Amino acid sequence: MLYYIVRRILMMVPTLLVISFLTFFIIELPTGDYISNQIAALKSSGESSSVAKLEFLRKEFSLDRPFFERYLVWVGLWPGPHGFDGLIQGNWGWSFEYDKPVEQVIGPTLPLTVVLNFATILFVYVVSFPIGIFSATRQYSWGDYGFTFLGYFGLATPNFLLALILLYFFNRWFGLSVGGLMAPEYIDQPWSFNKAMSVMAHLIVPTIVIGTSGTAAMIRRLRANLLDELHRQYVTTGRAKGLKEGRLLVKYPLRMAINPFIADIGNLIPSLVSGSVIVSVVMSLPTVGPVLVSALQSQDQFLSGFILLFVAILTLIGMLISDLLLAVLDPRIRLGGRASS
Amino acid sequence: MNVLSIEGLTVEFNTAEGKIRAVDDVSFVVPENRTVALVGESGSGKTVISQTIMGLLPEAASIASGKVLLSDPTGAEPPVDIAALERKGPKMRHLRGNRVAIIFQEPMTSLSPLHTIGDQIGEAALLHRNVSGSEARELTKEMLRLVRFPDPQRALDTYPFELSGGLRQRAMIAMAMICHPSLLIADEPTTALDVTIQAEILKLIREVQAELRMSVLMITHDFGVVANMADEIAVIYHGRIMEKGTAKQLFNDPKHDYLKALLNAVPSFHMDKDERLVPIRPITLKSEDLTSNRPHCEVAPGEPLVEMRDVTKTFTLRKGSLLGGQAKTMTALDKINLTIRRGECLGLVGESGSGKTTAAKTILRALDLNGGEVLYNRGKGLEDIANLKGADLMDYRRRVQLIFQDPFSSLNPRMTINDTLMEPLEVHGIGTPQERAERARNLMDLVGLDPRFLRRYPHSFSGGQRQRIGIARALALNPEFILCDEPTSALDVSVQAQILNLLQDLKRDLNLTYLFVSHNLAVVDYVAERIAVMCRGRLVELGETRTVTGNPLHPYTKALLSAVPEPDLSAPLDFAALDANQASEPQLWPEPFRLTDEMEPTLVELEPDHFVCAPGLKNTGALEGTAA
Repeated sequence: MLYYIVRRILMMVPTLLVISFLTFFIIELPTGDYISNQIAALKSSGESSSVAKLEFLRKEFSLDRPFFERYLVWVGLWPGPHGFDGLIQGNWGWSFEYDKPVEQVIGPTLPLTVVLNFATILFVYVVSFPIGIFSATRQYSWGDYGFTFLGYFGLATPNFLLALILLYFFNRWFGLSVGGLMAPEYIDQPWSFNKAMSVMAHLIVPTIVIGTSGTAAMIRRLRANLLDELHRQYVTTGRAKGLKEGRLLVKYPLRMAINPFIADIGNLIPSLVSGSVIVSVVMSLPTVGPVLVSALQSQDQFLSGFILLFVAILTLIGMLISDLLLAVLDPRIRLGGRASS
Repeated sequence: MNVLSIEGLTVEFNTAEGKIRAVDDVSFVVPENRTVALVGESGSGKTVISQTIMGLLPEAASIASGKVLLSDPTGAEPPVDIAALERKGPKMRHLRGNRVAIIFQEPMTSLSPLHTIGDQIGEAALLHRNVSGSEARELTKEMLRLVRFPDPQRALDTYPFELSGGLRQRAMIAMAMICHPSLLIADEPTTALDVTIQAEILKLIREVQAELRMSVLMITHDFGVVANMADEIAVIYHGRIMEKGTAKQLFNDPKHDYLKALLNAVPSFHMDKDERLVPIRPITLKSEDLTSNRPHCEVAPGEPLVEMRDVTKTFTLRKGSLLGGQAKTMTALDKINLTIRRGECLGLVGESGSGKTTAAKTILRALDLNGGEVLYNRGKGLEDIANLKGADLMDYRRRVQLIFQDPFSSLNPRMTINDTLMEPLEVHGIGTPQERAERARNLMDLVGLDPRFLRRYPHSFSGGQRQRIGIARALALNPEFILCDEPTSALDVSVQAQILNLLQDLKRDLNLTYLFVSHNLAVVDYVAERIAVMCRGRLVELGETRTVTGNPLHPYTKALLSAVPEPDLSAPLDFAALDANQASEPQLWPEPFRLTDEMEPTLVELEPDHFVCAPGLKNTGALEGTAA
């Protein structure tokens, strides 16, 4: 098992390298870069005094070098103007748009993004599991139809609309401030108990909004998976032993049906980040989503590259977690080698 | 004393079309320490009866009338009427797994793949015997020893996927037996198993029964099993008991026409070579339209049509990964030499995993070989099929067709029968649309189906009808050589006789050549002129059918033959002679048959036209041949 974990983690290194290359390649696909665009804009407006400074920046960030060299400098495998100074060395790059290091631009938003994502995944699983099990075991009952209807409703409602409605009611009923991830007075304040509570309260609406469609989809899938398993022979075997229905359900078919859900943890993360952009804008959430969109628009390449890579890392970690959980839960994966030897 | 007595049981299913009576006024008893066989075709209601006894009927089913009385032979508990109990209630739960237990047909799917054997078996003890976890584990170990697990202690912590089919069925039996039930229901317990393993499981059920003094209700469609296991028999047809009595009465003097017909439909080794099986529902076929304009086969009868020379195929079980790990391979075919003569039916026999289907696939060129060659005679002498390309390959594909094992999954459910039958013609660009439609109608006639069925979809046909459609599809291109991959193993005996007769008639009328792959020796004995026996990827014996079945020389063939249960009370299985797993282990065969991994499986002609794999005799002057 330990060998498996180590091997699995080592396998992430080449994967990450490939992802980083692809990310960089795609970001560089549009002609020009942030600075050359700036220079062109300045030249067309006849202003040439700051061109020299921008030329200096181009050199400083080795934008004048060939593509492969630029990539390697960015990753930190090739000496730039200041020696080896890239992602591997902990330098996340420079954001031209904000004129600040990337670290400072997205530093505060990263933990909140992770927290929001984590809360959403938790919400999706906690809500969809009981409902999915209920729908499957009482197929074609009123409850099943009711949840199915609600599920489709959740899938069909535009997220931003749901966000606005929920924000309105939460503000009316609980006096929650509109937008943001904390009440205005805590912004830029040091962390305290009250600030944490405020963040928790403000997490509720975005979690529900971002999680609804995922929850609806997951209910449908859990229901379908469980329905498949409920008619399997081993369930009858269990029943023939004299097991109670409840224990039988949890011990046998449910255990089989959750495999795809665990395998899905890794896949959920990127869709949550990209899917939450509009919601983040509408609710002015300080997550990386909106930053990513503006960075892509203005070709702020180091910023957008780093965010994409960050999401990729989150996905890889999610996949690692799901693989390890699967190995723990499913002996066929854990002991597959033993059986064939 | 009767452990189970069923009186006037009627079970109905509520369906969209109204009530359907699945079991109609059925009465029979299962006496203490006796085995009663409930025999019938699929759909006859025998499984519904077992579900009723277990209280496992589906929601749509209801017991309309009748009693199912379960008595306790020890007298500790009063008799209960299962029909009156609430199916999901605690009283029914108390009986299930405790006083009545069941084993199912499919050992592959009846155990949960995610829990250890020990966990699943011990669970029943925990539920009913009021024991602690460690006591349950001890009991489980005891049960595993009783069902002859090689290493009970180790087996406790193994998962089902690590065990063979036979061992899984043993685990199922251990699970059913752990609470010492007074009644065991065995629902086709050996249908999914190889004959040698079937014999072992039957032996085991008998031994366990004797040890625990238990009654067995054996549900089966196989008269071979019935003859070897049952004290009493009840024959069921369309939910009604047709005839019941002791095994002796029913086998020696069957009264009801249905039972007589069933017994006549079973192939057995005692039949004369030109004797025909009598199917319950015979079909008439019209082959004139097709025989008239068939392309003439240029190979003379008796000449080699297909030849396999030193065919070797290995499979990679696990690839070596980027970060180490050894690649593992398995030899599925080890230097197979086999000739199929034009106009004959060659039976290829072996247990599952022996490589017989792989051999058939190499002839189809569905697999690439690792060594050797497959030759085919298209009238211009034998040529290596691996070199065929383009039009030649299409021509070869037209000549060689396949009939599949499973008629349920081998037809596309979204294609009408018409589309299914015309597809091969379209692929090969034969005929105009009118001619193709005409051809499809003729094909339906050929297999005895009404051409008006052409517009239907596969789901509206029974298993036997589907298999006939599969045969019609294989015949669409006027092939000369057909590979039959266990064409009847998924069918009832009555339907099996029908299909076997159909295949024989077609062979006669259309001058076909067959390679008939099967694990059922009695079936192969009925249809084949020559038999080839395979074991662990090697060909071990080859000869005329009657020579091989009458005078088997190889220990594996002997074991295989002795394990076939005959539908005849005077020829019972010799349970005492069964040697667990010895016969299919090439290293353990006695000299001169012993075969290790490095040795070449040489065939030696011990008698004229009777070849046996005996590497030990290779240099002792016996006739050596390449199985021509």
